[in-house]
Amino acid sequence: MAEKQTTKTTYQIPIGPIHPALKEPVMFEFEIDGERIIDVDVQLGHVHRAIEWTGMRRNPIQIIYLAERICGICSFVHPFAFVRAVENACDIEVPERANYLRVVHGELERIASHMLWAGVAAHEIGFDSVLYLTWEMREKVLDLTEILTGNRVTKAILTIGGIRRDITEDLKPKIAETMKYLKDNYKHLAHVYLDDKTFKLRSQNCGILTYEDALKLCAVGPTTRASGVKKDVRVDQPYAAYSDFDMDYMTPDKLTGEVNGDVYDRIITRLLEVKQSIELIEQAVDQLPAGDLVSEPKIPKLLNYIKKTAGEGIGRDEAPRGEVIHYVKFDGEHEEPYTWKVRASTYNNILPWIPMLKGEQIADIPIVAASTDPCMSCTNRVTVIDQNKRYMLDKEQLHKLSVQKTRRLMK
Amino acid sequence: MSKNKTPEEIVKYFKEEFKTKIKSAEIKKRTTGSKKKEFVNIWIRIDKSIFKPFVKHLCDLTFPHLAVVSGTDLGKTIELNYHFSIYFGQNLKEISLNMGVEIPKSKPEIETVCDLIPGALITEREKQEMLGVKVIGIPDSRRLFLPDDFPDDVYPWRKDEKGLEKYIKNLHQGAKK
Repeated sequence: MAEKQTTKTTYQIPIGPIHPALKEPVMFEFEIDGERIIDVDVQLGHVHRAIEWTGMRRNPIQIIYLAERICGICSFVHPFAFVRAVENACDIEVPERANYLRVVHGELERIASHMLWAGVAAHEIGFDSVLYLTWEMREKVLDLTEILTGNRVTKAILTIGGIRRDITEDLKPKIAETMKYLKDNYKHLAHVYLDDKTFKLRSQNCGILTYEDALKLCAVGPTTRASGVKKDVRVDQPYAAYSDFDMDYMTPDKLTGEVNGDVYDRIITRLLEVKQSIELIEQAVDQLPAGDLVSEPKIPKLLNYIKKTAGEGIGRDEAPRGEVIHYVKFDGEHEEPYTWKVRASTYNNILPWIPMLKGEQIADIPIVAASTDPCMSCTNRVTVIDQNKRYMLDKEQLHKLSVQKTRRLMK
Repeated sequence: MSKNKTPEEIVKYFKEEFKTKIKSAEIKKRTTGSKKKEFVNIWIRIDKSIFKPFVKHLCDLTFPHLAVVSGTDLGKTIELNYHFSIYFGQNLKEISLNMGVEIPKSKPEIETVCDLIPGALITEREKQEMLGVKVIGIPDSRRLFLPDDFPDDVYPWRKDEKGLEKYIKNLHQGAKK
């Protein structure tokens, strides 16, 4: 009967490697000796929505909105990588003004995402008041996003060859106001995260990823930068208008003078990036050049051009969690891409979990796993193999263990 | 760190080593930003016989970052594209190196690169289940994304009879009833 069920149920449909930055269940299998983790196995694929497969049956304009739904937090960077792949494949130019506006939206998303992460990280070790502090700041960013794009989460702002909405003069004071608010609160936030004794006790020398491992395992984003690997698409191979700004890699040694690759360093990296993003938004709004928003406003004409173009291209951009890369191939006969491959950043940050978690305690699992920013649900279900006896720890129990450890340290 | 090679020198570096086994090499340059700074994509197509030596030769040049391997069903063959990036860590210097290799469908096999780049494991496991490419010497050959009860000889990204079309159709008919 079980067999009959499997052929009839949805298991036949979910196809296509979709990887929405781990906003859904992922299973770890730990091998535990007492309190120490000896071995870790990560199992993926609980939520597959066949987005790539679906995309290969849609036209490029439709895919933009499909790509937005890959991840609820990276709803700008995924379509961004896709439109850049199409622009590279078909040689479509982007107007200067659109390039600057893309920077503003990309950095706004980074601030919102890092704020969300900072709150989650605090929650994982039992500081719920800090969660409220960070999410209050994030709320202001989302309000600004709503004013600029009309939406809070799925922004629907990108199009191939440009951007769909302008930032007009009357919107600029609102941006300046929000940036001022963020800068004022940033000092307080940095103090809470970087100077608090308990925060340090929980995060220093915990979940270490060495420089060599980060390089070999192809880690991306703040996870790899916290280990000292200088890798940031915005600086390495600038896109949009990033090449016009003076930027540097945000590695933890900028603040502390040393790189340890632990959870504390990952906190530093993200906080430094929030500051960098605020500066970038201010610069981009200040220097916003005049001009068109899109190079080809007539969508049927654009689609017809893409249809007749055979070619392939990759689009890369730096998401809050690291490099996102999309690959598209057009055959020159059909509107829909012949191939569309999406690679989200957490895809490359899965293997680094293994060296990070080995040797840590069970109570450290939530903060270490969260430190790569795969978000909360990654610890949904954990199977612990304890002296060959398996038992399940759910998210609630794990969270309790973690909070208990913080309380012990505070005594 | 040794001096960076220019895109032209990189292509030459591989052509000198592998001669005619490099089927094609194309350097695509585009500009970005108001100051029109250049960024480079290199697309190289190689013969299957030099696949592993090619990756090794690349690692000798500089340790690459393997972003992902994408795969396309081209009818009689399967094309795998290895998207590397090199010279990261220096402003504006990074080069995207895309290496394409075609393998016949009658014998869809490719060697693993996990021994050179351990981070390739996830993407190689994905290629095994999605395209039915056998990765020889892969350290962990389990499925990654597909559920364990997914049929054995069905590969979602294939565009032939091993693809998904017949399952989609059945689902649609079932829904009608």
